[in-house]
Amino acid sequence: MSAYAIFFYIISAFILGTGVLAVTTRKIFRSAIWLLFSLIGIAGLFFWMDVNFIAAVQIVVYVGGIVVLIIFSIFLTQKAGNEMQKPIRSRTFFAALAVLLGFILSYTLIYQYNFQPASTQQLNVSVSDIGRQMLSTSQGGYALPFEVVSVLLLAAMIGCIVIAMKTPSMIVRKDIEIIEPHGNGQERNKITEKILETEHE
Amino acid sequence: MSEIPLSHILFVSTALFFIGMYGLFTRRNLITMLMSIELILNSVNINFVAFNKYLYPNQLNGIFFTIFIITIAAAEAAVAIAIIINLYRSHHSIDVEDADELKW
Amino acid sequence: MSYESYITLIPLLPLLSFVLLGLFGRKYFKNFSGIIGTVVLLAITVLSFITAYQYFFVDGKVNDVYQSIIPVKYIWLQFSPNVSIDMGVVLDPISVMMLIVVSFVSLMVHIFSLGYMKGEERFSTYYAFLSLFTFSMLGLVVSTNIFQIYIFWELVGISSYLLIGFYFDKPSAVAASKKAFIVTRFADVGFLIGILILAFHAETLDFKTLIERLTSTQSSQFISITTSSFLGVSMLTWGLTLVFIGGAGKSAMFPLHIWLPDAMEGPTPVSALIHAATMVVAGVYLVARLFPLYSFDVVALNIVAYVGAISALLAAIIACTQTDIKRVLAYSTMSQIGYMMFALGVSRYGGEQGLGYMASMFHLFTHAFFKSLLFLCAGAVIHVVHSNEMKDMGGLRKLMPITHIAFLIACLAIAGIPPFSGFFSKEEILTAAYNSNKLIYTIGVFTSMFTAFYMFRLYFSIFWAKTSPSPLERGWGDAAHGEGTLSMKFPLVVLTICTVAVGFIPFASFVTSDGAPLETPIDIVFSILPVALAVAAILFAARLYRRQNELPEKISTSLGALYRSAYKKFYIDEIYLFITKKIIFNLVGRPAAWIDKNIVDGFMNLLATVTAKISAMIKGLQSGKVQDYALYFFGGVAGLAVLFIYLWK
Repeated sequence: MSAYAIFFYIISAFILGTGVLAVTTRKIFRSAIWLLFSLIGIAGLFFWMDVNFIAAVQIVVYVGGIVVLIIFSIFLTQKAGNEMQKPIRSRTFFAALAVLLGFILSYTLIYQYNFQPASTQQLNVSVSDIGRQMLSTSQGGYALPFEVVSVLLLAAMIGCIVIAMKTPSMIVRKDIEIIEPHGNGQERNKITEKILETEHE
Repeated sequence: MSEIPLSHILFVSTALFFIGMYGLFTRRNLITMLMSIELILNSVNINFVAFNKYLYPNQLNGIFFTIFIITIAAAEAAVAIAIIINLYRSHHSIDVEDADELKW
Repeated sequence: MSYESYITLIPLLPLLSFVLLGLFGRKYFKNFSGIIGTVVLLAITVLSFITAYQYFFVDGKVNDVYQSIIPVKYIWLQFSPNVSIDMGVVLDPISVMMLIVVSFVSLMVHIFSLGYMKGEERFSTYYAFLSLFTFSMLGLVVSTNIFQIYIFWELVGISSYLLIGFYFDKPSAVAASKKAFIVTRFADVGFLIGILILAFHAETLDFKTLIERLTSTQSSQFISITTSSFLGVSMLTWGLTLVFIGGAGKSAMFPLHIWLPDAMEGPTPVSALIHAATMVVAGVYLVARLFPLYSFDVVALNIVAYVGAISALLAAIIACTQTDIKRVLAYSTMSQIGYMMFALGVSRYGGEQGLGYMASMFHLFTHAFFKSLLFLCAGAVIHVVHSNEMKDMGGLRKLMPITHIAFLIACLAIAGIPPFSGFFSKEEILTAAYNSNKLIYTIGVFTSMFTAFYMFRLYFSIFWAKTSPSPLERGWGDAAHGEGTLSMKFPLVVLTICTVAVGFIPFASFVTSDGAPLETPIDIVFSILPVALAVAAILFAARLYRRQNELPEKISTSLGALYRSAYKKFYIDEIYLFITKKIIFNLVGRPAAWIDKNIVDGFMNLLATVTAKISAMIKGLQSGKVQDYALYFFGGVAGLAVLFIYLWK
């Protein structure tokens, strides 16, 4: 058992352990942190598998972007210190049962399957090679998916802005009572105090 | 790398997948459900990279898929947060049990 | 002229009149409905007389024996190739005789009601019901099929119910009509079972075929019915006795007689028609129709005879104590029908032995006339006095002369005094009884003595016993209105003439048990005893009731308990009430109601509750919660995966 293998097992245990903690802990902030550790562990696994570029992307995008986003949204929507409610007892039971059965089914299939490698020639690529291949249009090139993903990112950005936007209210005069139009939340608030400025999100 | 058979890595990814599923079924908070979805996506990433490295070492397809998945996961997390904020405005709570208008 | 052309009109014209008057009478015809009903009845009376003339004098006889002719027959419901319910018309001596009786008496009642029911608000409904009754009775007497007679039997019961309860705002009338219907319906259960037994063994429902098969001793049906037995009694006896029970219910024989006195709540012309002359003799008619069968079974015949005799005697005793004039007449009817029944019971089939049959039918014929006359006179008296009780009457003979003479003649007839018709028919009955069963003869003689006594008690109390204020001073009518209108007097006169004349018809040459004419000479010596007893009873009644005196009271108190129980009709009504209320209701009715409410309804409610609960559970599946849906989704996918990977071969 070389250090190589031991390292794999430690990393795997770390990933799974923090994953379990992420989905079971009652405090939401801690859940976010356990997720963070789990993602770092996965990055470590990528390093171990010698795909350095992916590992780096994982850390930069996932850990540094998404988890931070999640933490911000936690702060925006609730008090982070409170404990969350426990789920319904019957649901935990059935969920655990379903998950366990699903895992057994899947792993049984995987274990019995004889994976044959297509070839044994190792390809060690550098980041510049990856970049060149991503933008090439020849066989094995990924220029089209790259462009599509870009468009998707644009659409997602615009979509987020539209969904989360409050519709602009009118500029009001000091001496008139108005009913403030509803935001996207379908609720009408009748405001009787004088509004001086409009609000934009 | 030949010391660890493929099935061990697949064990890790399958377990992570189902841990994410458990979180999806059980957690009451929308943000924690989002976190569980991220775990699921990550397990898929591990799968791609592992298959690429063990079964098709002379190609880069798995790596590219992983890159794209990470990208899309980021976009999806952003959209999910926007929806959560929107839902919070109307229900004043992000407990998923409170969003049950489509019941009988 | 052949029978088919007009014979079906005889029952159907009254049916048409019923429909017409029932639907349109109230609004369009109003008082004219009486004329319509009477005209229809006049038409069918004429047709009946034509039929009778044709049958008895022209073509009824073959080789000097009257045949039964079936001019009309339709197959209505075919149960199997052998068994079917037919609707048809049969003409034989008794059915033609009954056609005349029913239509003629009904005509007289229709005419009488023109005056009696004048001013009644539901005048056209009354005539509609009378037409319905006439239709049903005529259908009954011409039935060719035992089920057809059952159908018309029930129709007659309905008509009786409707007419007894005609004054439906009087609770006593409603109770009486219910009682009549229930008692006769109860008896009809026996009738139906009897029909089924006879039809099962004879494999037919048709009268002619049934009688043929069950009276020829070699036929397989006869052997099967006499050899199979139940509780030690042969099926033939069971069948005939059960049929007789049905007849006993309708004819108010003991112990099913309780409805007849209460049925007097109906209008008096109705009592005259239904409960004196026609419906109550339906039982006698039924036994006569099946008489060839009865003559084979001595047990059944004895039952018929003894039930008749007991009813006759019982009714006569009770009638001596009653004070309501209609009730006295009702018990008198029961008693006379008892005579008809036991006359059939002591008779056998064929020739000289069939004397009882002939006597019974003769008595039926004469009784129809004088009993309906008695009831119509009672109606006229009630119309003037406005009360049914004897003590409210007295000294009416000067005020109502025609009624007085008619009543007197009818009383003489019923008492059996020659030369009125009752004498001839009663003498034949007593002769037949004397020849077969001395006990029944003795009962008959005593009963005729009682009959004379109570009838003349009634006569003297109404027309003679003077009370101090004279009738005019008591405010009963005036000279013009005194006795009723012409339409009320005309039937009385006609029926009086019939009562006198009918006795002289040589009945035995027309109606006998086997169709062949019979010689019946009058035996003067034999008749002395009954007539003498009757005259003695009349004189005794005159002594007691012609003038008001203390003697009746003294006699009734000295008889003590016997008198009291006779006055209370021997407590039979109380026994029936006890049995139904205390025993049947408590032991059968209440548990049945409990089972119905709790078990049957409870089971249905349980089904509904279970369905509601299951539906609530299923409803909960659509909870609106995303995670539940995710679980169901994943479960489905996993299930399908297992199915396709492992189980799909």
